Amino acid sequence: MVGFIDVSLFLLLAVMAVAVILQRNLFTAVMLSSVVSLLAFGLYLTLDAVDVAFTEAAVGVGITTVLFLGTLLHTGRKEKRSPKLDWLPLLLVLISGGVLVYGTLDLPTFGDADAPIHDHVATHYLEEVEEEIHIPNVVTAVLASYRGYDTLGEVTVIFTAMIAVFMLLSGLPRRSEEEEMP
Amino acid sequence: MFMAAMIGILATIVLAVLRTLLGPTVFDRILAINMLGTKIILLVAVLGFLLGRPDFLDLALIYVFLNFIGIIAVLKYVKFKNLATVNPDNEEVGNERV
Repeated sequence: MVGFIDVSLFLLLAVMAVAVILQRNLFTAVMLSSVVSLLAFGLYLTLDAVDVAFTEAAVGVGITTVLFLGTLLHTGRKEKRSPKLDWLPLLLVLISGGVLVYGTLDLPTFGDADAPIHDHVATHYLEEVEEEIHIPNVVTAVLASYRGYDTLGEVTVIFTAMIAVFMLLSGLPRRSEEEEMP
Repeated sequence: MFMAAMIGILATIVLAVLRTLLGPTVFDRILAINMLGTKIILLVAVLGFLLGRPDFLDLALIYVFLNFIGIIAVLKYVKFKNLATVNPDNEEVGNERV
C-alpha cells in the first residue's frame, strides 16, 4: 500500500533528476530541482523520517531555491555548452556511484529488527530515559543530554560559519549603490 | 477510502510534474510547482490518516507556509529581477518564453 506510493514518488524523482540534467535554461533547472526536493520531502515522510523531511522542505525547497535565484541574478540564465565531452570525470562519477550502490548491498533491510543500530545503545535510551534524565521525548534527551557534547560541537561549528558569512557579506559593496553610479 | 484519495492525489502529482516539464512559459512552471506543493501537502495529510497518525496534519500546515514563502520569492525574482528591493524601472520582464 505504502510501497505503491514509494515507487511512484521514486519514479517521478528519477524523471525529474534526468530533466534537471538535460535542462539548458538555468532558471527552469532551478525550478525543476525544487520539484525534486518537493518529491524527496514526500518520500522521506513515507519512510517515517519526519525530521529529515522537514529539513529537506526548509533547505531544499526554500533556501536553496532562493539562493540559486540570487546566484542567477549575477550570472547568465543560459548554460554554456562545454566544447567536448570529458570522459574522465564521467568515468570517475560512474565508478564511485557503482561502489556506493555495491556498498548498499550489505546494509540491513528497511525495518529490520536485528539491525546493529537497534542492539547497541538505542534500547538503553528507550528504556532508561525516564529514570535517568526525566525528559519524556527520547530524541530530545539523546540530542541534549546523552550526546550533549556532540550537539555543542555542532552548534559551535554553525555559529562560527554564521559569523564568517556575516563578516564576508559586510565587506562587500552594496549592489544597488553600484548601479546608481553614473 | 483513503487509498482511493491517495491514488487520485498521485495522479494529479503526475499531471503537475508533466506540466512542469513541458512548460512552455515561466509562469506555467511556477503555477505547476505551486500546485505540486499543494498536492504534496494533501499527500502528507492523507498519508497521516492512512498510517493512523493524524498528527502529520500539523506538518502539512507548516509546509503550507514554506511553500507560500518560496513561491513569493520566485515570483519576486521573475517580476523584479531582484530579491532584495523593488525596482520599478524593470516591471515588464518575465513574460518571455523559455
